[in-house]
Amino acid sequence: MDPHLWLKRKGRISPYEVAFWPIVLVLPFWLFPTYLSLSSQIAITALFCISLDLILGYAGIISLGHAAFFGIGAYAAGLLSAHGWGEPLSGLAFAAVVAAFAGWIVSFMIVRVQHLALLMITLGLGFLLVELANSLGSFTGGADGLQGIDTWKLLGVWKFSFWGKTAYAYSLAVLFILFLVCRRIVRSPFGLTLEAIRENPDRTTALGAPNRAHLQKIFTLSAGIAGIAGALLAQTTETVSLESLGFQRSAEIAIMLILGGTGRLYGAILGAIIFMVARDQLAGMNPQYWYFWIGLLLMIVVLFMPRGILGGLERLAAFGRRR
Amino acid sequence: MSQLFAVLFDGFAYGMLLFLLSVGLSVTLGLMNFTNLAHGAFAMVGGYVTYSLVELAGWPFLATLPFAFLITAIIAAGFERFLFRRIYEAGELNQVLFTIGLVFAASAVAAYFFGTVHHSVDLPAYLTGFIEVGSVKLPAYRIFLVVVALVVTAIVVAGLEYTRFGAMVRASVDNQKVARGLGLNVNRIFALTFALGSGLAGLGGALAIDILSLDPSFGFHILVLVLIVVAVGGLGSIWGSFLAAACLGIFDVAGKYFIPELGAFLIYLFMVALLFIKPRGLFGRR
Amino acid sequence: MIAPVNALETGHLNKAFGKLVVADDISLALPQGARHALIGPNGAGKTTLINLMTGVLPPDSGQVRLDGKEITGLESDVRVKRGLVRTFQINTLFPKLTPLESVLMAVLEREGISGQWIAPLAARRDAIDEAFGLLTQLGLGDDATRPTHDLAYGQQRLLEIALALATKPKVLLLDEPAAGVPKSESAALFEAIAALPTDISVLFIEHDMNLVFTFASRITVLVQGRILTEGSPDEIAHDPQVREVYLGGADHG
Repeated sequence: MDPHLWLKRKGRISPYEVAFWPIVLVLPFWLFPTYLSLSSQIAITALFCISLDLILGYAGIISLGHAAFFGIGAYAAGLLSAHGWGEPLSGLAFAAVVAAFAGWIVSFMIVRVQHLALLMITLGLGFLLVELANSLGSFTGGADGLQGIDTWKLLGVWKFSFWGKTAYAYSLAVLFILFLVCRRIVRSPFGLTLEAIRENPDRTTALGAPNRAHLQKIFTLSAGIAGIAGALLAQTTETVSLESLGFQRSAEIAIMLILGGTGRLYGAILGAIIFMVARDQLAGMNPQYWYFWIGLLLMIVVLFMPRGILGGLERLAAFGRRR
Repeated sequence: MSQLFAVLFDGFAYGMLLFLLSVGLSVTLGLMNFTNLAHGAFAMVGGYVTYSLVELAGWPFLATLPFAFLITAIIAAGFERFLFRRIYEAGELNQVLFTIGLVFAASAVAAYFFGTVHHSVDLPAYLTGFIEVGSVKLPAYRIFLVVVALVVTAIVVAGLEYTRFGAMVRASVDNQKVARGLGLNVNRIFALTFALGSGLAGLGGALAIDILSLDPSFGFHILVLVLIVVAVGGLGSIWGSFLAAACLGIFDVAGKYFIPELGAFLIYLFMVALLFIKPRGLFGRR
Repeated sequence: MIAPVNALETGHLNKAFGKLVVADDISLALPQGARHALIGPNGAGKTTLINLMTGVLPPDSGQVRLDGKEITGLESDVRVKRGLVRTFQINTLFPKLTPLESVLMAVLEREGISGQWIAPLAARRDAIDEAFGLLTQLGLGDDATRPTHDLAYGQQRLLEIALALATKPKVLLLDEPAAGVPKSESAALFEAIAALPTDISVLFIEHDMNLVFTFASRITVLVQGRILTEGSPDEIAHDPQVREVYLGGADHG
């Protein structure tokens, strides 16, 4: 097969993709207007999940503390707004820079350790940050959450209203744009290099690749995107709580990614949708039972669908085509 | 001075409890590289066994401890045989998520049977008071904890050093390939070690009821502490775990006592710094 | 007259793990265009020597020089950029990537555009042509777009070499390139190696004496981390010491 054609085909936009985005735009607005605030939360979570997919699914870095960057972004945007500057887009940019800078600092540690030490360092940094935010209560609002956030009109035109139309359109637009950026990244030479490092880091070294520099770059980028997701949450809900930094959020995001399927971007989005909708629908249920089902689902996915729901669907489709 | 001593002793006893809870995980992680975050859930099983026997069946506390060990070990052996064995080759992330899923499910099951309330057990009178050592009054239960932990340590160390089975475990930890090459049945060694290690966690869970409270989220609460002990001590190192657990216990208790606003922060900071400098922990060989 | 600069040379390399000496005062020179074999019984320290040369292991003492320039302290990936490249005894590939992607990655890294993330992969037409050309040259053209883990073992060995060649090496260190390949195919694999341009100097480890004597112009014999002797194939074949220690010893299949 012609190599150019093959690579082009691998990178091209599929009809499913073209269908997907209009549906997620239209569905909440016209069919489920009462679910607009949930829809914004899903879009924000999907963006956060994509940021984890970049480091975990593509570069193979396991992190149990990625919410640290989500939370840093949320606090950065929240504090900026609480101190008098509520313009949303510049708030996002500010949060992205702060979170990416934090990610860059942390990346020096991350790329030097593996296995249990990596798990524990990411976990420990997450806890460290929660403790820090808690003890800086006068600055962050501590356990009560950060108050006094006021998000100005989007582009000076659209007000963030109670019904959340602006919030959803805004979150979805940011998700879509950053998704396109990430899609571009993973299909670039850099994306290929990351996949090679994930598959076999010793071999990439033997081919002359500076692994650590590559990994630091994607970690910084991923932290910045996680920060933007956090900032979106702060701006649309006009509050930031300690939970935005916490282990639970880090664990949940990893669960969503595994459910959806790693290393394919859409897996992150699908995982976020399924997880968030299921939790919302089962909210009336005793939370203990929610944990039971999510626990069971996790075990089943790991045992029987190692490539996640999307990976399973792809296999099914491939099977169907062959018949 | 005596107050300082009391605080240090309290911390040491707490550390010994952490050691009991962690040592099994250290050995199994070192042996099979199986990242088992459900270790705390097995500790919870032991806790509920003792709670049920004491509060529901009316047994004396001490008599329940062997059963906390045994029943947990048997349940763990079942999980190892039918579930965990399937994911030894599945990669770290899958192991982490599978076992976290198990903790979720276990916590829900515990809530279903025992409710979400905190449980405690009635201790016999000789474990509830204080004992005077020199000029200091030390809580009897803490002294009991230290004694149990030291006895268990002695048994584990002697078992590893002087028995045939211990020699096989050490050989497998050192180099699994060579051990397999020598004809050792590493899978069986691991299954047994896993059961024994989880049993110790069950014993720790039973002993922990009076110190940490027992509720369905127990498996989560101790998970972080257990992981810190294992990671800092170094995989597969009994003495590393012992030292790390003792330091963590003392640091935690003394920190909460003397610098309450910074205690936990310093522990995480110390752990992150140590693992950055020594990713294999204090005594890790691999 | 100036003595010609060796492509690669080591000066008094030493390495020990505790009491176990794995490299004992090793001084080895690889002239330009060499086809040099490194032989010796199992555990003689052959792979260790490659690890020392490529910087995977730091030596306890001694130097490594590439093109006359000292590279002893450099990181592995920097040595690769300078032209010192190796392959692995056990297939060390990217199982989920295709051969095309694997070799393309190596080409992009060599070209210094591996960190580039604006333009898509398919836009790198020259690099793609080069990668595909290399694969075709080694007979992997038809399987270039299948996942690597689906390839036959012998094909994976060829991909090992294709990956190394994609870095445009000056010195190529081949660690048992034919390991695990059926005897009927190993000669063909060595033909491919012999056909490499002479501006690439090659050092290879190999157990099959027929292949060694056919393809090597010089042979170094390593025993217990020490150089026993070095010479032309003819000299080595008739060296009584070598016969005793190596050729006459246990069967190494």
